[in-house]
Amino acid sequence: MNIHEYQAKALFEKYGVAVPRGVAARTPAEFDSALSTLGHDGALIVKSQIHAGGRGKGTFTDGFKGGVKFAKTKAEALDYANRMFNNTLVTAQTGPAGRKVQTVYFTVASDISKEYYLAILLDRNTSRPLIVASTEGGVEIEKVAHETPEKIFKVFVDPAVGLQGYQARQLAFQLGFTGDVFKNAVKLIDSLYRMFWETDAAMVEVNPLITTPDNKVLALDAKVSFDDNALFRHPEITALRDLNEEDPKEIEASKYNLSYIALDGNIACLVNGAGLAMSTMDIIKHYGGSPANFLDVGGGASKDQVQAAFRIILTDPNVKGILVNIFGGIMDCNTIATGVVAAARELGLKIPLVVRLEGNNVAAGKRTADTMADAAQKIVKLVA
Amino acid sequence: MAIIVTPETRVLVQGITGEFGGRHTKLSLDYGSAIVAGVTPGKGGQFFEHSAGQQNYRVPIFNTVRDAVAATGATASAVFVPPPFAADAILECADAGLDLCVAITEGIPIKDMVRAKRAMLGSKTRLIGPNCPGIVTPGTGKDSNGGCRIGIAPGYIHKKGHVGVVSRSGTLTYEAVFQLTSKGLGQTTSVGIGGDPVNGTSHLDVIRMFNDDPETWGIIMIGEIGGNAEVEAARWVKANCKKPVAGFIAGATAPAGRRMGHAGAVVGGTEDTAAAKIAVFKECGIECAATPSDMADALLRAAKARGAKLA
Repeated sequence: MNIHEYQAKALFEKYGVAVPRGVAARTPAEFDSALSTLGHDGALIVKSQIHAGGRGKGTFTDGFKGGVKFAKTKAEALDYANRMFNNTLVTAQTGPAGRKVQTVYFTVASDISKEYYLAILLDRNTSRPLIVASTEGGVEIEKVAHETPEKIFKVFVDPAVGLQGYQARQLAFQLGFTGDVFKNAVKLIDSLYRMFWETDAAMVEVNPLITTPDNKVLALDAKVSFDDNALFRHPEITALRDLNEEDPKEIEASKYNLSYIALDGNIACLVNGAGLAMSTMDIIKHYGGSPANFLDVGGGASKDQVQAAFRIILTDPNVKGILVNIFGGIMDCNTIATGVVAAARELGLKIPLVVRLEGNNVAAGKRTADTMADAAQKIVKLVA
Repeated sequence: MAIIVTPETRVLVQGITGEFGGRHTKLSLDYGSAIVAGVTPGKGGQFFEHSAGQQNYRVPIFNTVRDAVAATGATASAVFVPPPFAADAILECADAGLDLCVAITEGIPIKDMVRAKRAMLGSKTRLIGPNCPGIVTPGTGKDSNGGCRIGIAPGYIHKKGHVGVVSRSGTLTYEAVFQLTSKGLGQTTSVGIGGDPVNGTSHLDVIRMFNDDPETWGIIMIGEIGGNAEVEAARWVKANCKKPVAGFIAGATAPAGRRMGHAGAVVGGTEDTAAAKIAVFKECGIECAATPSDMADALLRAAKARGAKLA
């Protein structure tokens, strides 16, 4: 689960990670009071809050440029906020449809001595948390890693003992810090790791991390995501979920324990198992078609789930055909077939449907295609 | 010899009294596997009963894994415990000194697995999974009955033979096994290692064992986007494995940054895409299945190229 920058920074503050002072506003009526609460007469930063990166370089659909703006005065900040609010921001990460800005975050503009990069994530190869830091902040870290790998520093944390003092110091020295900046950086790294670990975060990224002329170390931006599997033990984090940032079809699917992700093709798929679902998308593409979604109904695939899956699939206006691919290992194929037929009848299905069932009691399931290849070719031909 | 488990392996089930664990325990008993004990804290002394045809099973339930091991000589466990308690169940297996723990549970917090895996360093217990279909060593009976089935895979699609299958995905494993069996190619053992980012046994671990197993003549390796476990295994195959190997990677059409059902299936960088993994497979002499329908045929091509037998 992802959260907004302003929510992430509130968590940072709770754990003692220094951030520039800021206040979020969810309606234009709140803009004035938010700015008064901030009580800052100097320059401000106005930041669109959406769950996607590249905001600063993004463009709104009405032509207004920049989802993050520097404002010299309160009046200027108000003007920017009004232009951002309810406007749709398109960035390199949002796709062409963009995201509607429904929260604006005002922060005090900081004097920047230098920008750095800091992130914590799980390293799959070692099964340990990994802290990544770089002297090159405010830029794409993938590019830094590729072009100047010597500017990337890493520390692996042993989960049995947690982050050790020498590890935080090592990173701070590698970033070239001394004096008060060094002390503040060590404290920030330690606090950030504690937040990562205690909240079951999947990733915490601070880009840029900045130093200021008065020797502060601040998280200027914050990107945090959490392990969905651990949300059950963090009700306070679950409460930060913003449904406006999610596809309504994906929200509906999650109610039925279906894993659904919308894509931009026209052949919908309904599959059991994540690996088989991914490869069903692949085989559609292989035969020249284009998948409209990823949809995993899980191992069980009850009749209710199949019906819900059909309803969700059909709300996508791009869908011109449906491919059902079920390997009913344990499940009775007849049960699945009954569910599919019932769903098609109930919804008055008008578009082509190809069903490939394999496994238990398949004769009773009356399959309409033999192999996955056969099924994929049939549906691609039908929607062409 | 099969790998990891044989039809003689004595298996206990943690979470045998749950709906999911109970259902699959019955299927394993029907398959002829030696399910000798169940473990549910607080239900020690009770029995798990199952009748099928002439067969009546009465599996004793114990409070702890240690009690179950002491009374029944079980050496392997299937974990069907709900996610919040699953890492605890896995560590209980390690504490009891089992040879094998197969964690079926889906949705275990990553942090719990990071800690459990750290705690199991140096332990003799092999962990398979979590979030996996489990392991099947087919038997010699009808529909491969009489084998060892730990987990949730359909037993009847298997056939005893000489192909090893290792995969991160459940239904894709069944797809591969089904294709093999349909073409008359049996399996030594089929291992589902699970779709989570932190798991116990890797592709490489299983491939090493298949390589050392004289009864395994060919290998199918099924992977997906995310991580570099398949790449690590492929490089090892190139340097060390003389047996024909076929591979398939799911997720060529998956968009970057989206989690595709499995917690591990997310494209994070340029190295863990399907295209990058397939390129490494080819470079390492692994015959790539063009589509998931092509997995058994890809292995047949690999065997033909090496002049190797598969059955």
